[in-house]
Amino acid sequence: MAAIANNMIVTAPTPPTAANVTALAVRNLSVFFGDNHVLKGVSLDIAARAVTAIIGPSGCGKSTFLRALNRMHELVPEARMTGEIRLFGDDIYAPGIEPVIVRRRVGMVFQKSNPFPTMSITDNVTVGLRLNGLRDRKLLAGRTEQSLRMAALWDEVKDRLHAPAISLSGGQQQRLCIARALAVQPEVLLMDEPASALDPLATSKIEDLILELKKDYTIVIVTHNMQQAARMSDFTAFFYLGDLVEFDATKKIFTSPAKKQTEDYVTGRFG
Amino acid sequence: MTAPNHNWRKFKNALMQAVTLACAILVVTPLVLVFYHLVKEGFSSINWAFFTQLPKSVGESGGGMANAIVGTFILLGQAAVLGVPIGVLGGVFLSEYGSSRLNWWVRFTADVLNGVPSITWGMVVYALVVVPMKGFSALAGGIVLGLMIIPLVMRTTEEVLQLVPNGYREAAFALGIAKWRTIVQIVMRTALKGIVTGVLLALARVAGETAPLLFTAFGNHFWTHKLTDPISALPLQIFAYAISPYDDWHRQAWAGALVLLLLVLFVNAGVRVLTRDRFKRNA
Repeated sequence: MAAIANNMIVTAPTPPTAANVTALAVRNLSVFFGDNHVLKGVSLDIAARAVTAIIGPSGCGKSTFLRALNRMHELVPEARMTGEIRLFGDDIYAPGIEPVIVRRRVGMVFQKSNPFPTMSITDNVTVGLRLNGLRDRKLLAGRTEQSLRMAALWDEVKDRLHAPAISLSGGQQQRLCIARALAVQPEVLLMDEPASALDPLATSKIEDLILELKKDYTIVIVTHNMQQAARMSDFTAFFYLGDLVEFDATKKIFTSPAKKQTEDYVTGRFG
Repeated sequence: MTAPNHNWRKFKNALMQAVTLACAILVVTPLVLVFYHLVKEGFSSINWAFFTQLPKSVGESGGGMANAIVGTFILLGQAAVLGVPIGVLGGVFLSEYGSSRLNWWVRFTADVLNGVPSITWGMVVYALVVVPMKGFSALAGGIVLGLMIIPLVMRTTEEVLQLVPNGYREAAFALGIAKWRTIVQIVMRTALKGIVTGVLLALARVAGETAPLLFTAFGNHFWTHKLTDPISALPLQIFAYAISPYDDWHRQAWAGALVLLLLVLFVNAGVRVLTRDRFKRNA
């Protein structure tokens, strides 16, 4: 594949980094909403402790793919799926596995920050623990600080932990949502365009945070922002009309993609 | 710059503004008139005795409506105990569970029930409660008001739960929080003010019901000590006094009506204060 965008430097394709522990193994995943075939037989391995970006034009199924990874797509009544997803070897769709259990292991951060408006900053962080029955105050306080520190929010809020969560700025609210997701100690963190509603400064804070978090977590991020995907991710999957067109190391996808379609998309020629 | 028909357009605009203003004034007028008339006729009869004494027997002047005021609150309390849990949980079902087909029927039924004339409710409860119990009772009065608030509370609860952004539900589910806990601790808590508002407005609406109470609570000139005895209520007492031939009772009926109106106004104003900051959030 020859033609590459003029602002990109052509380098030899690099093989995927040697992380090589698979966090999520997706095999032949299809998702239907009623008669609508949204994802068409997607197979890929998501590496542990790495950032995997999902890109593609609107309606390509990337959010659906993300939601299938923690069974959130099941909130749509007529949704059904075929195929298999294994989380560190465990089939998350096995009979008898409750979605609630899967979601404790695979957390999620949404495009629109959504801290609970009736709760304080602390209560928002610990809500996942408290509503799953944890009562130990010391443990909760410890987890609050730990999660807020990981989300790079501690220093900004440590003096007003009991203030309403909605008193925070937009960027802070989103980091609070990340802290809330981290507090239940998931193994994988799914992010659905986590910075698309934020200003550039808040966006760069979130990006720094994600790079920090990948030391401990497996992160899958859906983004519309090509630069963001290129900057932050180790691997990139390009979806188009429900198909996984290409999945490779980010550098390869953005410099010498194997498919013409991928190249056209990442260079901004369509989508 | 000025278009040829500029003045004509300005005139039409002013005319429409005047018409809508006139309509707005027409909406407010009845309340003002009713209130004015009640204050004029009833205020002079409102005194300490009105709130603390029982009605006097025919021919004696003075006395009050203490038992009717307390009776109204007892009836509303029973109505709340019966109607609020069923109404609120029904609203939760409509908003959070339920299939669209079933919900359509439940909503349709609730809306029909909301439109059922109140005297019909009274007859139904007369047949189902008063006849088997062989007598009018406070209990029957509470039951009829409770049944009447169920569809009201159910619909308002459903509406305020629907106002809770879906993002909060998703956030809770993504944390692995069970659905019922999400509903109780996240969704209902977020909508709590709205639910309380709906309950208070429903109670305020049935507080003035007279027809269904004629068949059930019946009225009582004395204190009611058992829920199985007939009980007085403000609207019943107003009705009884208003159709009496005595001027003194007429005055008391005006006073009772004024107290009832103030009660309803008070609840409505309270609800306004309670919900004032509800949409100030930047959620």
